[in-house]
This record gives sequence, C-alpha cells and structure tokens, in this order.
Amino acid sequence: MTDALPELTLILPELILVCGGMALLMVGAFTGDRSYHSVSWVSVLVILGAGVAASATTEPRTTLFGDQFVVDAFGHFMKWLVFIGSALAIVMSFGYNRRERIGRPEYPILIVFATLGMSMMISANDLISLYVGLELQSLALYVIAAFRRDSARSSEAGLKYFVLGALSSGMLLYGCSMVYGFAGSTGFETLAGLFSRADAAPEIGVVVGLVFVIAGLAFKISAVPFHMWTPDVYQGAPTPVTAFFAIAPKVAAMALFVRVLVGPFFDLFQQWQQIVVFIAILSMILGALAAIWQTNIKRLLAYSSIGHVGFALVGLAAGSTDGVRGVAIYMAVYLVMTAGTFCCVLAMRQNGRMVENLTDLAGLSRNAPLMALALAIFMFSMAGIPPLAGFFSKLYVFLAAVDAGLYTLAVIGVLTSVISAFYYLRIVKIMYFDEPAEAFDKPMGRSLAAIVAVSSVLVVAFIAFQTPIVRAAEVAAAVLFFS
Amino acid sequence: MIVQTIAFYLFAAVTVAAGVMVISARNPVHSVLFLILAFFNAAGLFVLMGAEFIAMVLVIVYVGAVAVLFLFVVMMLDINFVELRQGFLQYLPIGALIGIVLMAELVLVFAGWAFAPEDTTVKAAPTPPAAEATNTHALGNILYTDYIYAFQAAGVILLIAMIGAIVLTLRAREGVRKQRIGDQLGRGRDDAVELKKVQPGSGV
Repeated sequence: MTDALPELTLILPELILVCGGMALLMVGAFTGDRSYHSVSWVSVLVILGAGVAASATTEPRTTLFGDQFVVDAFGHFMKWLVFIGSALAIVMSFGYNRRERIGRPEYPILIVFATLGMSMMISANDLISLYVGLELQSLALYVIAAFRRDSARSSEAGLKYFVLGALSSGMLLYGCSMVYGFAGSTGFETLAGLFSRADAAPEIGVVVGLVFVIAGLAFKISAVPFHMWTPDVYQGAPTPVTAFFAIAPKVAAMALFVRVLVGPFFDLFQQWQQIVVFIAILSMILGALAAIWQTNIKRLLAYSSIGHVGFALVGLAAGSTDGVRGVAIYMAVYLVMTAGTFCCVLAMRQNGRMVENLTDLAGLSRNAPLMALALAIFMFSMAGIPPLAGFFSKLYVFLAAVDAGLYTLAVIGVLTSVISAFYYLRIVKIMYFDEPAEAFDKPMGRSLAAIVAVSSVLVVAFIAFQTPIVRAAEVAAAVLFFS
Repeated sequence: MIVQTIAFYLFAAVTVAAGVMVISARNPVHSVLFLILAFFNAAGLFVLMGAEFIAMVLVIVYVGAVAVLFLFVVMMLDINFVELRQGFLQYLPIGALIGIVLMAELVLVFAGWAFAPEDTTVKAAPTPPAAEATNTHALGNILYTDYIYAFQAAGVILLIAMIGAIVLTLRAREGVRKQRIGDQLGRGRDDAVELKKVQPGSGV
C-alpha cells in the first residue's frame, strides 16, 4: 500500500478536477443561482490548474493503477487541448446564459466533470477505464445538452443524444466483451503483446469485437455512418453548449480513437485500416455535400465538423507516426478555428434574440467589419486555403496518407476539401457582397471579442510559430507506438 | 446432497412457475409480485451455487429497488393493461416462431461451446479457492485494489447522474409553503401569547 501514494502525483490533473468539481458543487448547492458567475470563473481556474498540473509531470510513459491509466506525452498534448477547449466553452457561455436566464452553477460544474471524463478517456489504458471515462464524459454531456430545459428543442437534443449515446455505449461494451472473451484481457499492453505474438491471423472474434469498438467510438467522434445525432444535437442544444460539444469532446474522443487503434490493436492494422479509410471517405463526402443545403449556421457547422473528423481520420488511416502527428495537429487547429467561429455565432443577436440563419449574416462587413473579417478568416481556414492554419493541418494528414501509399484517400480528401470550400466561401460572400440585413446587437462582449481576436491571430500566424506545435505533436505521436 | 437437490428443484420450479405467472397474470400488480417471487427464488439458486454475494445483491437491488419501482410505475400510471393484452392470440404464432428460432440458436451455441486454449495463460483476475475467502471478501479484494480506479470513477458517474436528475427536474415552484424550522424555534412566548385583561361581564 505504501507505493500507492507517490502514484497520486501523476494523476494530479484528474484529482484537481474531481475535487474542484465537488467543492464547487457544494458552493453551488448552498448559494444557489447567484453564485453562477463566481463558480464559473473558479471552474475555469480549476480546469487551467489541471492543465498546469498535467504539464508539470514530465516523466516518460508511466502506467498507474495496475496498468489501467497511462500518463504520457500524447496524453499531455491532448489533455491540454481539451482543457483549453473546456475553459473557453465556460468563458463563452457567460453572456448567453445570463441573457437566456439559464445561468446556474451546475453548468460550469458539469463541464468540469465532463472535462474529467475526457481526461480519463485520453489516459485510458484498459478497456474498463476506457468505458468508465467515456461514460463519465457522456453522462455530463447529455445533461448539458438538455440544460435549457424549458426549450423543447434543447430537451429533444438531450434525449436524442442520450438514446443514441446509450446505443453506442452498448455497441462499445459488446465489442469490449468480445475482445475480452477472445483475447482474455482488457489491458491495452497485454492485448498489444498478445496480438503481436500471434503468428497466424487473429481470431475472428477479436476482429468482430474490434469492429464494434470502432463503431462505438465512431459515434463519439460523429464519423459517418454514425453521425445522425450530430446536426440535431448541435442545432437543438444551447449555442455555448454546441460550441463546447464541437470543441472539447471531439478532441478527446479522437484522442481515444487514436490511442485504442494505435495502441492495443496496432498489430491488427490490416483489419482496421480498411474501416478507418471507409469511414474517413464517407465522413469527408457527407461533410462536404450535406452542408451545402443548410441554412442554419449551427447545422452547417455540425456537418462541417463531420467533414473535419473525416480529414483527421485520414491521418489515422496512414497508421504511422506522421499520421498520428497529423491528427494531433489537425485537432489543435480545429479547436482554435471552431472556438473562434462559435464565438461569432454567439454574437449573432438581433434585438436581444439569438439568430442562426445564414441570411442573417448578410452585409456583416458593413455592420461589423472586424467580426466579418474574423469570421472570413475562420471560413478560409476551414476551407483549407493557404497560408492559414487549416491549410497546414490538412497538409500534414494528406502528406502522411500519401507516404503510406493511400493515394485514393488523399485524392478524395483534396476533392472534398474543394467541394466544402464552396459553402465556407458562400458565408464569406453573404457577409461581404449581399445587401445588409439588420445589424447585430453590440457589443459582442469582451470575453467573446478576446477569444475571436486571439484565435484569428493564431489562425493567421500559424505559419510563423508552427514549429513548437509540430514538435510537440511529433513527441506525442512517437510515444504511442510502443509495441 | 439430497437436501440440495430438493432445494434446487423447488427453487427452479417456483422460478419457472412465477415467470409464467408474470406474463399471464391479469392484474399487473400481481405480475410485479410474481416477478419479486421469481427474483427471490433465483437468489436461492445462486445461494445453492455458492454465489451468496450475487444472491444478496439480487434481493437488495432487484427486489428492493427495481421491483418496487415497477410497482410504483404500475400503480401510478393509468395504463389499460387489458387493452395492451388484446391480440395476444393473434401474435402468438409469430412469437412462438421467434422463440423457437432463438432456442435453436442457443442450442447451436452451446453445442459448439469451446474454451480458447490460451485463456488459462492470461487470466486477468484469478479467483481464490472458495474455502479461503468468501465471495464478498474475494470481490472486495480486487475491487478495492486492482480496480480502485474504475470503482472511484463509477462513483463520480453516479454523482453526475444525481446532479443531472436534479438539474433537469427540480424547479423552484411559486406559492409553496415550506417549513422554516428556524422561525418555528425562534418563536418566543411574547409572539404567541397575548394577555388580555378582560373586564368582568363585558365579554372579549
């Protein structure tokens, strides 16, 4: 029992999150709605504190709790992204929650717990800890989706997310039990050792289990054909919640996806590569085509995020260090672009009412030139136009795919990228060339403006300081290939 | 040995009979009560197998919580069960067909049952001999050591479920008279009792 205590310093980020969350819960329970603001700010501090703690531990790859939990560079990189995303989501929600009168202290607390779940997912090193982390995250997300409980759409979003999420959890568990049944272990390292040892082809049961695990995880990253919930949930949930969904959980689920496929199942690469290529192609195509007909910007961003997941999966399909590095960079850039875009969406208010239609953006360049400029930058970046950040993130994944000989995949990726540029640029056209609609309420709010400013600068100047990010992503990717 | 055999057949027969009654009883409340009987007998079967922990959990969780919840739902929701039952005979053939197919699949599965040869080499949690530790002891031994991480995380999940249920359903209603214990206790004699000087013969 004596050696249990030193281990705890390595899970300090998770401990900070869980203790902070519970302490804030007590504050919230006893002070009621009036403490929403202070609890929110302390939540942001808790999450950032967890981030600092995560980067403070610089030990090489270590596993804890009987190999159920792993601390490594990949985890640190992804956890930083998730923590930044969650903190931003809380800050972004202030104005909206106050105006819509849904500002209650449980909101930031649930985000803290969701962040805890994501952090546990990223560090999962066992099928059991994977499932527990995933469920912790999902349960908090279901509640936040329905947080605006007086709105039928929000409740519908929460219910839909819950039912489909439960379905995906079922598939994931079924897959896990198949893998456990046929391989005899749930630990990632044991599984990796087992599969690398097998001289013959892997047992069919393991492959079936792997397919189900992939299906369950694909739900969480909303990759086609498991994307059905995304547009409805994105549209129905309150906008700051949508922003949170688009940023943090997607990064965490993608990190988990990468860790599961590249870690224990790396020797089944032959088997899972086809699946990943298949869902990557479908996601890219659907993300490019279905978004064209959308008139609601939240729905459009939902399809856009499906497309982005497809692009990120291209890197994973390569199955190399470069590919995983590409995924890590892609998620980092995606986070910045999406956060900025959603801040602009949150600023779309007319006479105190939120508006969500693309036509409401008409003539924004004359009413709010800076916001129009920032949104244009994000759209150009998402479309992948050089020299913005979105171009480089796509470049890294496509290069990895070409290196791995996946020419068809890379070509389809470039083509769908061109198609998707259509609807991104259409937004720019609406903002700059259409007759002005009613102006949006001003000011957009200091915190929103700050996030928009910082993220647009990051997107534009990515080329100048990409070296440290690329290096960090490289270190993160290298540590995954342990077998 | 003979006692165990008798007990097994008793428990098993009552379980099956109660199961049949669950779906055939006219009154839904009776159905739930038969369900509880089935749970109790299943718990008895577990005890016979030497799995006393699962037996007790079955009684506590299923009988104590789930079945009682069912009972509440059945009694609170005004569902016309007679109407639900209509067409039972109409659907009987197809139901029986599906049942036979499932039965055939089960038979096939159990006929082809084989243990993987490797599974003895990688056993995740070896069980201690039954003579050395009780079920509960053995479970606790791995739950609080090897799986402490998952155990604690499961606790946090339950906490979130609780927060979620409260956040989504608790509403501060207007016009609710709440008991204010502080006010009640802080009430002195001066607030409650008033001395009136009543003149004789004049009334109050």
